[in-house]
Amino acid sequence: MASGTQTPTEYIQHHLQNLVYGKHPDGTWGFAHSPQEASDMGFWAFHVDSLGWSIGLGILFCWLFRIAAKKATSGVPGGFQNAIEYIIEFVSGTVKDSFHGHSKLIGPLALSIFVWVFLMNLMDLIPVDVLPYAAQLFGQHFLGMDPHHVYFKVVPTTDVNVTAGMALGVFALMIFYGLKIKGTGYLKEFVLHPFNHWAFIPVNLFMEVVGLLAKPFSLALRLFGNMFAGEMIFILIATMYSAGLLLGIFGGFLQLGWAIFHILIITLQAFIFMVLTVVYLSMSHEDH
Amino acid sequence: MNINMTLFGQMAAFAVFVWFCMKFVWPALTHAMEERKNKIADGLDAADRAMRDLELAQNKASEQLKDAKQEAAALLEQANKRANLIVEEAKDKARTEGERLKSAAQAEIEQEVNRVREELRAKVATLAVAGAEKILEASIDENANRELVDKLAAQL
Repeated sequence: MASGTQTPTEYIQHHLQNLVYGKHPDGTWGFAHSPQEASDMGFWAFHVDSLGWSIGLGILFCWLFRIAAKKATSGVPGGFQNAIEYIIEFVSGTVKDSFHGHSKLIGPLALSIFVWVFLMNLMDLIPVDVLPYAAQLFGQHFLGMDPHHVYFKVVPTTDVNVTAGMALGVFALMIFYGLKIKGTGYLKEFVLHPFNHWAFIPVNLFMEVVGLLAKPFSLALRLFGNMFAGEMIFILIATMYSAGLLLGIFGGFLQLGWAIFHILIITLQAFIFMVLTVVYLSMSHEDH
Repeated sequence: MNINMTLFGQMAAFAVFVWFCMKFVWPALTHAMEERKNKIADGLDAADRAMRDLELAQNKASEQLKDAKQEAAALLEQANKRANLIVEEAKDKARTEGERLKSAAQAEIEQEVNRVREELRAKVATLAVAGAEKILEASIDENANRELVDKLAAQL
């Protein structure tokens, strides 16, 4: 809780504000001290908290799996290797089910997406105030900042930039492989599909382009929407803690229930992102 | 909610992590898993083979055992036959020997009897002559009656 004097609206808004580092309108670079400053920065700004957590968790993922890969033996695996191999087996099974081409990229890609998104989503289960409050204390005592102006959003996947970044990465791969595997045939699909007649070319083009663009949008917005909504509910539940003992206890139970339900959602969203990526890429590899 | 450079930062991070995973994580682990899979398959194969070998060996052993038993039974039978044969032979031999001994003894007895008879006959002839001499109280010409008495004695 930022402070006792906040209204619930301020509390929620504070929680939804990223820690932004970017170019001020006057041309200098620095942290934004208020939501207004942050939005004034426009495009030239980084969400330090989202990027920090997402890169940190990505490094955690690489580090964990690198350890397992270094120790990987074809003999009897230990518990840790077993767990990692279970995940790999699961991902590679999913890939084999829906991707029939041959690609060295698709397995690692699916694994990275699944584990990384899962880890980012997992941050949602940490009580909403813990890390922002820690960041506030840190900012106040070590950096001499006003605690009200230390913004800290912990779950990277509640930032549409993060999910869109990943979706755009997948989108780029879709187009790259489409062109690489099918060559001009890929371009022909845009004008001669689904109606194979010259008169329908504008209609085809419109439909195919919409279909193509819908893929990264749906990837990005599905994950973002689910996680943002989940986070929002955690924040709403957290506002109950300052509304009296009875409501506080009730909120505790609500948070517990929602967190347990959320375990399913974060895993499911990570899985869906992975499966859709694999499916989209397999569509780029195969002819209709 | 505003789109900004974070998007590209995330894209770059995404690319780096996928590259890292593709380079240093995925191949090592999948290779190890594949190798283990092969190892296990080989092990199972070997176990199957060993099982088959064992079965074959067991069959062979039981066959050999059966053969040996049969052979032993044949040998035993042969030995029994041989023993019977020997016993029979010995019996035959004993019987013929007995018979031979018996007939030899009989022949000896007969010979003795004949001898004694001859002796008796000679004695009887002498006795008859002596008796007749006595009866006749006369000196009968022994030589004249000799033939008669011998004939008499031969009828004995």
